[in-house]
Amino acid sequence: MIREAYFILSNYIWQIVDGIVIVAIFPLLAGYVVLLERKVMADMQARLGPMRVGPHGLLQPLADAVKLMIKEDIIPESADRAIFWLAPILSVFAGMLSFAAIPVGPGFLIADMNIGLLFIFAVSSMGIFGIVLGGWASNSHYSLMGALRSSAQLVSYEVAVGMAMVSGLLLAGSLSMKEIVEYQAHSGFWLIFVAPVGFVIYLIGSVAETNRAPFDLPEAESELVAGYMTEYSGFRWALYFLAEYSNMVVVGSVATTLFLGGWLRPFAGTHGWVDFLDFLPPLIMLGVTGYCVYRIPKQTGWDQKFIMAIFAGICFAITVPLAAVLAPALANSSWKLGVHGAFWFIAKVMAYVYVFLWVRFTFPRYRFDQLMQLGWHYLIPLSIVNVMGVATAIVLHREAGWNPVVSIGVTLVATLLAALWLVRAGERREQAAARSVA
Amino acid sequence: MDEPQKTAEVLPVEMPIPGADEIVLNMGPQHPSTHGVLRVKLKLDGERIEGSECIIGYLHRGVEKIAEHRSYQQFAPYVDRMDYVAAVSNGLGYCEAVEKLLGAEAPARAKVVRTILTELQRIASHLLWLGTHALDIGALTPVFYCLREREEILKIFEKYCGARLTTHAFRIGGLQYETYDGFEHDVKRFCDDFETKVAEYEQLLTGNRIWVGRTKGIGILTGEQAIALGVTGPPLRASGVKWDIRKAMPYAAYDQYQFEIPTGQNGDTYDRYLVRMEEMRQSRRICLQAIENIPTGPIMAKVGKVLKPPPGEVYHSIEAPKGEIGYYVVSDGTVQPYRVRVRPPSFINLQAFDTMVRGHLVADVVAIIGTLDIVLGEVDR
Repeated sequence: MIREAYFILSNYIWQIVDGIVIVAIFPLLAGYVVLLERKVMADMQARLGPMRVGPHGLLQPLADAVKLMIKEDIIPESADRAIFWLAPILSVFAGMLSFAAIPVGPGFLIADMNIGLLFIFAVSSMGIFGIVLGGWASNSHYSLMGALRSSAQLVSYEVAVGMAMVSGLLLAGSLSMKEIVEYQAHSGFWLIFVAPVGFVIYLIGSVAETNRAPFDLPEAESELVAGYMTEYSGFRWALYFLAEYSNMVVVGSVATTLFLGGWLRPFAGTHGWVDFLDFLPPLIMLGVTGYCVYRIPKQTGWDQKFIMAIFAGICFAITVPLAAVLAPALANSSWKLGVHGAFWFIAKVMAYVYVFLWVRFTFPRYRFDQLMQLGWHYLIPLSIVNVMGVATAIVLHREAGWNPVVSIGVTLVATLLAALWLVRAGERREQAAARSVA
Repeated sequence: MDEPQKTAEVLPVEMPIPGADEIVLNMGPQHPSTHGVLRVKLKLDGERIEGSECIIGYLHRGVEKIAEHRSYQQFAPYVDRMDYVAAVSNGLGYCEAVEKLLGAEAPARAKVVRTILTELQRIASHLLWLGTHALDIGALTPVFYCLREREEILKIFEKYCGARLTTHAFRIGGLQYETYDGFEHDVKRFCDDFETKVAEYEQLLTGNRIWVGRTKGIGILTGEQAIALGVTGPPLRASGVKWDIRKAMPYAAYDQYQFEIPTGQNGDTYDRYLVRMEEMRQSRRICLQAIENIPTGPIMAKVGKVLKPPPGEVYHSIEAPKGEIGYYVVSDGTVQPYRVRVRPPSFINLQAFDTMVRGHLVADVVAIIGTLDIVLGEVDR
């Protein structure tokens, strides 16, 4: 027994540490994504956003978490208590489990499964059970409608997203997240440049899958109050919230791995003067540190100054390892790849999440039938055409020996023509529908 | 139609006991997008609406009854509290109605200042409508831009009369206050900035595929239907009926200014949106013309301290931001009105709700409530 425990510990110690780090840090990170969202929203809407709790609202996530945890826990009288209790946990569980297969850096990976992508795809889809069960158990019309919308939406967009993933898979030839990134390092091209249509479909589909605006119908606040979350409050509500933001980070991570080169730095394959990009991570963090220090005297009160100094210290603490691995002694070690890889990976995920936020504050919301139409009439056909296009490009390159750029270019043009035809056909259909109504 | 309290029964909707395949969904009175306390009962087949019933009266304060116990001047502040986002327009209607009853007329200067303030109020009201309408349809950002511009207008009101929302800006017979120094400058600066701001909103929404998809063909109201239902204001004009009281029966100083009446063709939510956007531009145009040449002279007609209109009755209506607001005032020769009946545009436009909403989806309900631009304070009074 003890020997087995020792065996597990000695062999899987890094996986266990990684797992604990993710479970411990993740809720905090999700909280800061919420703060980021509020700050970005405020910036786009000509306001300041959270400013009171800590300097520039930096402690707002902690305050929110404490508030939600000490709130009264209300379960509606007519709710199905067991399922009502289970549903949010299921949602969070699915979101966090997906992290097991996400390679943050070459070494920072809990499980390098050979079916990693499939695993994430399967597990993150399980989150919908949490939503459907929660909506059902609440015993409220709004909740039920939100849950039904949610499941229909996920089923519809799962197909398009899956097809977009396939276009990346065909090129990388592996389902292992690590090998997909290694393929991109080896070939010298991020897959977004090889399968741009696939990336766009994945982007749209992932917004829909995470129930974010403009596809946030399950929780459309002006129509269904809060959708499936209507009857939830306090910590259970926070769990749903956490699940939503963890899903955002998961789809961002998958997109980063599959299309944006994972932990690779831009121009990872070429060397020479572009190596100055290696200096970018420590310089960016140093800049952030400098800005924090610059803001310290402008804070009111010693406590705010102190907190600002702590944040400056954290930023500096991140700067040090980023700079240290650039030392000549470590120049070609795996340490540099690991530490900088994590930086680039997180930066790419955050850029992807930023697009989510940007879209949310710019666009009105789709109506449910329009959402379904977009999924079934446009994205799914286009994703199938895209898979065929990518497959053709691979055959032209590998079998017929065409130049890779030419083979990709030809199939890309064909795919875009198909997209144009789809849009035209959709417009004709809409016009015909309008005529039949009139 | 005399008794507003009974309107819930006047609008009959067949509401059978819900069977297995239809749901009766209750929206409101605490629903976030009913703009106040409107309760809507929807009979649904899946998500498609088969019938609806508006239940009103949650904000009933008996404003019309209060009028019978107040002097003419005392009642004036109450009308501001009906449509509290367009208080200046309400006040103008009431003051002009009583002036008509008295046989008095406001001096030229007062008329021009009234026109400017009323047009600013129209812009402010439409801005609030645009922001909340866009918010209902899911665009989170325009509301902040709209409130930012509305703030400038409210600042002008505050500088002029000390109040921002329930202004009580006008008095029977003219104006209480002379305009402040720099009034023209403030209005001109607002108008100059405003042109680009409207273009900004249009850039966010007008050509946006999602916005067009959500509003085109939604809540169609034909011209005949609109007239039959008594709909006025932008919803009527969007249905292609060129009817604007400012042109048809000019009041205040509107006959002196050039402006267009925008109309739509399809009578759908998108057309109502375009009509209101154009109306804001036209209001700006009127303001710019008016501040060029504000006549000098007195601001108050000689109406006396105690108003005792001769016995009789009068109906006077003006084009408020939401439609025709009319005041039917009956005098029995005493200092208090015998009866004041208000024709509130929100209340009468709300009648069209059921016609517009049938056959649409739940998501369209909020778009249609938004496009009607109702204020519950005015619906219930």
